[in-house]
Amino acid sequence: MGKLLSNIMTKSPWIVHVNCNSCNGCDIEVLACLTPLYDAERFGVINIGTPKQADIMVVTGSVNNKNIDVLQNIYDQMPEPRAIVAIGACATSGGIFHDCYNVIGGIDKVLPVDVYVPGCCPKPESILDGILKAAGILEEKRKNKSKGVTV
Amino acid sequence: MIVLKIILIIILTPIVGCLLAGIDRKLTARLQNRVGPPLLQPFYDFLKLMSKENIVANKNQNTYILIYFMFIITSILMLFLQMDLLMIIFVYTVANVALIIGGMSTGSPYAKIGSHREMMSMLSYEPVLIFFIIGMYMLTGSFNISNLNYATKPLIIYLPLIFISMLFIMSVKFKKSPFDFSASHHAHQELVKGIFTEFSGPGMGLIELTHWYEYVFLLGLMFMFWKQNIIIGLIISIFAFLFVIVVDNITARLTWQWLFKITWTIVIGLSIINLLIVYFMKLKIV
Repeated sequence: MGKLLSNIMTKSPWIVHVNCNSCNGCDIEVLACLTPLYDAERFGVINIGTPKQADIMVVTGSVNNKNIDVLQNIYDQMPEPRAIVAIGACATSGGIFHDCYNVIGGIDKVLPVDVYVPGCCPKPESILDGILKAAGILEEKRKNKSKGVTV
Repeated sequence: MIVLKIILIIILTPIVGCLLAGIDRKLTARLQNRVGPPLLQPFYDFLKLMSKENIVANKNQNTYILIYFMFIITSILMLFLQMDLLMIIFVYTVANVALIIGGMSTGSPYAKIGSHREMMSMLSYEPVLIFFIIGMYMLTGSFNISNLNYATKPLIIYLPLIFISMLFIMSVKFKKSPFDFSASHHAHQELVKGIFTEFSGPGMGLIELTHWYEYVFLLGLMFMFWKQNIIIGLIISIFAFLFVIVVDNITARLTWQWLFKITWTIVIGLSIINLLIVYFMKLKIV
């Protein structure tokens, strides 16, 4: 029981999936994680739609002037401890669209990202790996009671 | 002596409920050709939810969840201590009304529509519960569950159509397809999460705990169809549970118009036919 209590965030990471400005390629791969072939639920990962019950925010696509408020709003609603996983090249640094007129850049220009999963688009195994790494980081945050701040 | 019984019921029921929820997720996963989470996954979810921060939209919304929790525990205690079945259903209804008001108090449009839909579900399953109690009263002459100990035959022999109706509405009560339009359980999103959208952290953990108590309560209602023999009663309860899970995996979600078309014509019709047969043939089992 003691070992369970010191490991609780890694056992049940619930995700909320936010698509900002993505071409939907990475989103299809994220949803493929939840299908029977890759089966994220065996680790306890559930795609909870509401940010109020989620631990990890899985973000695809880059940040532009229109969705910067939406991202901040969803991040604010997540209770502590929380983590962010940036999926794909666009969320990491702007990707192929990094010098478009409306693109600000990757997610880390706005929010504190914990795990980057590069690729265009990354395989579902890599995405699952990133989510489970974020669950481990969540456990550290829960122990240290460190809070996330928006950049 | 009775205090010891009460404490045992309060402690053992959520353990059984947690295992039932775990079996539910594992069986659903296997039916969908997946591996599925470990059996104790609902317990891990509960521990994780209790250790999160408490974010609320309305400072009174967790009070309603506390009322829901306490009234479900009261109805479980009354069921196991074999008290008056009509009072048990009233207490259970108060618990669900507290949940609906809790959902509405948050002010979010998702939770509001979820609460409206939950009220429509109540409109469809409350008559069937009342018909079940009336059938039991007509057969035994009393609302008390302890009266069933003196019965000569089990309830299911003379109430078979009401048993079928109760199986139907178990899908509504467990919030599973085809009637999970108010707030689906886990990964099936409907209006984000319907009535539970704005609850977080300990509030949601308390809702999960109350769901474990509620699973045992609903299976306890099905157990009463053959109360005299414990083994056959347990088989009937487990059959009802597996039926709900399998129907969940093979049907899609329906709208509230469909719910009313199916329950208010077929299900209530079957119950009324059964009650008329019991009345005109003057059947009794005590």
